[in-house]
Amino acid sequence: MNFDYNEEQQLLADSVRRFIQKDYEFEARRKIVASPEGSSESVWGTFAQMGLTGIPFSPDYGGFGGGAIDLLSVMEAFGEGLVVEPFLATVGLGGQLVARAGSDAQKKAILPAVVEGKLKLAFAHTEKGARYDLAHVNTTAKKSGSGWTLDGEKLVVLGAPAAAKLVVSAKTPAGLSLYLVEAKAVKLKPYRTLDEMRAADVVLTNAPGELLGAQGKALPVIEAVVDFATALICAEAVGAMKFSCDTTLEYLKTRKQFGVPIGTFQALQHRIVDMYVAYEQAKSMAFLACSQADSSTDANERMRAISAAKIKIADNARLVSQEAIQLHGGMGMSEELKVSHSFRRLTMIAQQFGDADHHLERFARSG
Amino acid sequence: MDLNYSQEELAFRDEVRGWLKANLPADLRDKIANYEELTREDLLRWHKILAKQGWVAPSWPKEWGGTGWSVVQRYLFEEECGYAGTPPLIPFGLSMCGPVLLRFGSEEQKKRFLPRIYSGEDFWCQGYSEPGSGSDLASLKTKAVRNGEHYVVNGQKIWTTLGHYADWIFCLVRTDSGAAKRQEGISFLLIDMKTPGISVRPLILMDGGHEVNEVFFDEVKVPVANLLHKEGEGWTVAKYLLGHERMNTGRIGGSKRELAKLKEFAAQQKKDGGTLMDDPRFRDRLSRLEVELMALEITNLRFLDRMRRTGQPPGADVSMLKIKGTEIQQGLTELMMQAVGPLAQPFKALSEDAGFDEFTAAIAPRYCNYRKTTIYAGSNEIQRNIIAKMTLGL
Repeated sequence: MNFDYNEEQQLLADSVRRFIQKDYEFEARRKIVASPEGSSESVWGTFAQMGLTGIPFSPDYGGFGGGAIDLLSVMEAFGEGLVVEPFLATVGLGGQLVARAGSDAQKKAILPAVVEGKLKLAFAHTEKGARYDLAHVNTTAKKSGSGWTLDGEKLVVLGAPAAAKLVVSAKTPAGLSLYLVEAKAVKLKPYRTLDEMRAADVVLTNAPGELLGAQGKALPVIEAVVDFATALICAEAVGAMKFSCDTTLEYLKTRKQFGVPIGTFQALQHRIVDMYVAYEQAKSMAFLACSQADSSTDANERMRAISAAKIKIADNARLVSQEAIQLHGGMGMSEELKVSHSFRRLTMIAQQFGDADHHLERFARSG
Repeated sequence: MDLNYSQEELAFRDEVRGWLKANLPADLRDKIANYEELTREDLLRWHKILAKQGWVAPSWPKEWGGTGWSVVQRYLFEEECGYAGTPPLIPFGLSMCGPVLLRFGSEEQKKRFLPRIYSGEDFWCQGYSEPGSGSDLASLKTKAVRNGEHYVVNGQKIWTTLGHYADWIFCLVRTDSGAAKRQEGISFLLIDMKTPGISVRPLILMDGGHEVNEVFFDEVKVPVANLLHKEGEGWTVAKYLLGHERMNTGRIGGSKRELAKLKEFAAQQKKDGGTLMDDPRFRDRLSRLEVELMALEITNLRFLDRMRRTGQPPGADVSMLKIKGTEIQQGLTELMMQAVGPLAQPFKALSEDAGFDEFTAAIAPRYCNYRKTTIYAGSNEIQRNIIAKMTLGL
């Protein structure tokens, strides 16, 4: 039992925090969000230089051979800073799918470029009517000469506007399969998300694709990778909760009404204590999620732990984000304060990859 | 980063688990499992079994019978006891009076009292709360006036848990009513319950059980030798106690046992052609409690890990273990009661052929009884005040 980061993890956590404090403060972030691309190439280059894009990939492809536990502190720092770059889409989803399903040749072609920060990926999976059912896919893939062509429509593909390659799920007679598709071969309908990231709906019409992994065997890989990504956003939520708590505490100490700091009022003191308790409980579950995403060899055990974590994160993200706004009073509603942005991210994390109800169902089924 | 216990810790846990399995008497185990009230003899029997094994006061120094266990081992031991469903070790002697004697007592006092606490010869209770002094403990009024080699004590204590079983009571009393601050002028006295002038009146709680009392002091003569620490500095002693041994207030082991029992019980309750566990509304409430408990266990381990790494006593933020732990305990009793449905109502049989079993009839009273947990040992609101002030600086 040891809840300390090792030296490498600590150094990494410190350098990410320093970078965010210095070069990714709220004003710098605002400019990035308002830019046409909605994310910064130079920030991405720095992430690659720091080695962040290589953490969960094998040294065979230039990575560090780490896992979700090694990304925990990075994701926490991203949550505190509300980083909008498509790290989750590229490293947590697309890259993981290639690393787990791809042939050696595919991994060689893609992963070193991801590690070096030269290639961004996205995972095009969710479809109309699917909600959180990972098996619900109507996009089809058909054999066409030596390759495949795909037809269908995918919704809310995170990071798609910045990605050069998409990993797309599609049905074949053998079952659910994964394909690599060039971004320029599909039609993107891009938009900004509520939490200020970039995403797109993706239309595939006779789009050429390259089979990734075994035909018909994609579901367990997708489940494992979505669990991995879920563990990462649990850690990110912990960072966003920490920011929400800290900034609210600061506000309670400085904002005066009736001649005194509002933090002297017991009605507010107890509420912020409950926010901090919720943050600590969430943090404990993020540890569990990241550790199980890496170490669990039993898919059922992994799903149960990740769902437990996501239930807690979803509930506590709601509590902390809502209370942070309430305790800020009118100012909390303003777009000018970062706390209204952490509210938006926490709101979306609470139902990204499954809301509490979805995970309550999965938790009970895997019990 | 590693969430698992070490091999040595696991081996220790298995040793404790195996020993408990072999040494917890079946009749005591069943009494606990069936939510029956424990007698003084039940409590002492278990105390003496542990004392014989040398495990009754793990945190005490070795010379006084402590085990020399690490904080993690101590935690594991208590959680294993909770999980096995042993009778509780009554804390007033072992983890309250003992530690303050060790910290503030004279050699003579230590020699006189500690071995008898350890062996179970003396059953202790705690005289803190008064009718007008609950959360605001420093407002206490019970008076002790020095008269030669005695203090003469007059006043009243309330909510005295197991006072009707006790041989001794440790009391906070006011020795100087003229002190500038309320916290000054308070002293810590050790009082023999057999002293003339002490009377104990039961306070029956809403579950029908007798566990707390009022204790009245009428011209009670207490030898000066029974003053602990200095006169007028009882508050220092009380504060020391507040910061002591708060790593197990989450009661994770006990809640794990109750959770497992609740699941098993709910799976036996028929509902709409299936069981209660098939009802998503019930099941989701249960799952949320289970998840909260999983989180609390890891949070508790994080506190232990911090203590082990820094060598510092736990900070004020451990109050959250009490807040969450008691909320979970209450949640479990509430769901257990809900699981019985309409059969929660029968309470006391009026004839021998009354058609309900004792276990079912104990479930709703237990729900009533557990409302105490968020009130006692510093109400959860006081715990929030502590975190707000000490941890958040408000």
